[in-house]
Amino acid sequence: MKTLPKELRYETLSYLPPLTDQQIAKQIEYALDQGYIPAVEFEQDPKPSDHHWTMWKLPLFQATSAQDVLNEVRECRSEYSNSYIRVIGFDNIKQCQTLSFIVHKPSNSRY
Amino acid sequence: MVQTKSSAGFKAGVQDYRLTYYTPDYTPKDTDLLAAFRVTAQPGVPPEEAGAAVAAESSTGTWTTVWTDGLTDLDRYKGRCYDIEPIPGEDNQFFAFIAYPLDLFEEGSVTNMLTSIVGNVFGFKALRALRLEDLRIPVAYLKTFQGPPHGITVERDKLNKYGRPLLGCTIKPKLGLSAKNYGRAVYECLRGGLDFTKDDENINSQPFMRWRDRFLFVQEAIEKAQAETNEIKGHYLNVTAPTLEQMMERAEFAKEIGTPIIMHDYITGGFTANTTLARWCQRNGVLLHIHRAMHAVIDRQKNHGMHFRVLAKCLRMSGGDHLHSGTVVGKLEGERGITMGFVDLMREDYIEEDRSRGIFFTQDWASMPGVMPVASGGIHVWHMPALVEIFGDDSCLQFGGGTLGHPWGNAPGATANRVALEACIQARNEGRSLAREGNDVIREACRWSPELAAACELWKEIKFEFEAMDTL
Repeated sequence: MKTLPKELRYETLSYLPPLTDQQIAKQIEYALDQGYIPAVEFEQDPKPSDHHWTMWKLPLFQATSAQDVLNEVRECRSEYSNSYIRVIGFDNIKQCQTLSFIVHKPSNSRY
Repeated sequence: MVQTKSSAGFKAGVQDYRLTYYTPDYTPKDTDLLAAFRVTAQPGVPPEEAGAAVAAESSTGTWTTVWTDGLTDLDRYKGRCYDIEPIPGEDNQFFAFIAYPLDLFEEGSVTNMLTSIVGNVFGFKALRALRLEDLRIPVAYLKTFQGPPHGITVERDKLNKYGRPLLGCTIKPKLGLSAKNYGRAVYECLRGGLDFTKDDENINSQPFMRWRDRFLFVQEAIEKAQAETNEIKGHYLNVTAPTLEQMMERAEFAKEIGTPIIMHDYITGGFTANTTLARWCQRNGVLLHIHRAMHAVIDRQKNHGMHFRVLAKCLRMSGGDHLHSGTVVGKLEGERGITMGFVDLMREDYIEEDRSRGIFFTQDWASMPGVMPVASGGIHVWHMPALVEIFGDDSCLQFGGGTLGHPWGNAPGATANRVALEACIQARNEGRSLAREGNDVIREACRWSPELAAACELWKEIKFEFEAMDTL
């Protein structure tokens, strides 16, 4: 029997152990396979009601491989290592955002 | 035909329905509302007569000719039985297809549409039983309805939740908790990782917990859980009430305290109340969760009543952002193909006719927002892979007992479900088959999540198998 500790979360995939770059690449691959337009966003101290994080460059319309996107994640991570970073996906047919998952948390957490 | 003697005047009498209402050469118009009925006629009544009787009694006809018929343009208003189709294996049943002219129905009124189409005709003596299987709503009529206050994509944007189903839980026991104890149960679920908790449908405002006290304690729970997890949380505050005024009073209060989502029971509450509430929800930015108590009274019998796909279409027109749709895998029945047929009718924009999934008509929703299906009842962590596989991302999965029944309590129970869900999403996106490897995915996650491991020990593994009662 255990009491659940209090822990900040950052939506989809934030209840999993931190993703390795290889695992992140697979998720990006899925987004590209679905025809989604990937983008990277970051925010230092995001609140639940912050719908918009700051975009890392513009959405990656020209990305053809998971590696292209992963490189941007790495660049963002080195420049904003104190921020939370997530990869998001847009669907221009449905005209909305369809995907978002956390790829970097600045502090150590339980998972 | 029995008639009076006058030759220049009105000819009174009783006429066979088929002379006026059975029109096999008629080609339905794009603006017609189409209906598919399963008809069981009394012995001796021929199918054409029974089909025509349904068309007549659900539109302009009455049992005898009246002189004022002569003052109207019957061709403009009559329903027409334009096709009769035998049902294989059922010698006393057949499908009757009926076209109704658009002018028969008041704009934006599900109440009026249903009063016409499924009104008196269901008690008609010439029929042993009658079931409305499907409706084709013409675009011209749909455009007079607001529909869901927000729809799936706006809900996701408001909640900041993408790429996975939403997770919920109905607070139990259904009846008897005090408002404060109830709020605690909500808080524990939400802080553990659920997106939503839910009032049980029969929680309205009883002596043990009045609505206002519940709303305040629950809102405190939502805000505390939101601050502690950094994720947006909600609880479907049930505003179903004895009168429209009381319903609106509860809705206004819910908005005042800043709650993101409220709830209504659309069949017991009624379509007029529901449509009023849905329009209010859009004006006021409050999401609307819809429960469907009493649906099984209407949709369970194979030969009488209405299929749930009709009730689901009616709700999309009347307005709601969520609607309960069965689980396929849990304690309540529902065959997979049929269930996914009406789930598509709830959330997609254009759905092709597909009899194998119970869809009798191609339906174009003309960009009306989609309703999120809610799978609730008798499900637990081992069902997660099947649920993700079947329902996909745009759904809300609700684990009541499957959260609250966790040996360590609500919060760890919620975490177990969230971990199981995210493990399934990760695996699916990596290209693994949840149908084949689902149990492995759950077991792997148990290695690092003690909350999930405890849940998996309590509930038993299931196999991905389906048996149907709701067949065609």
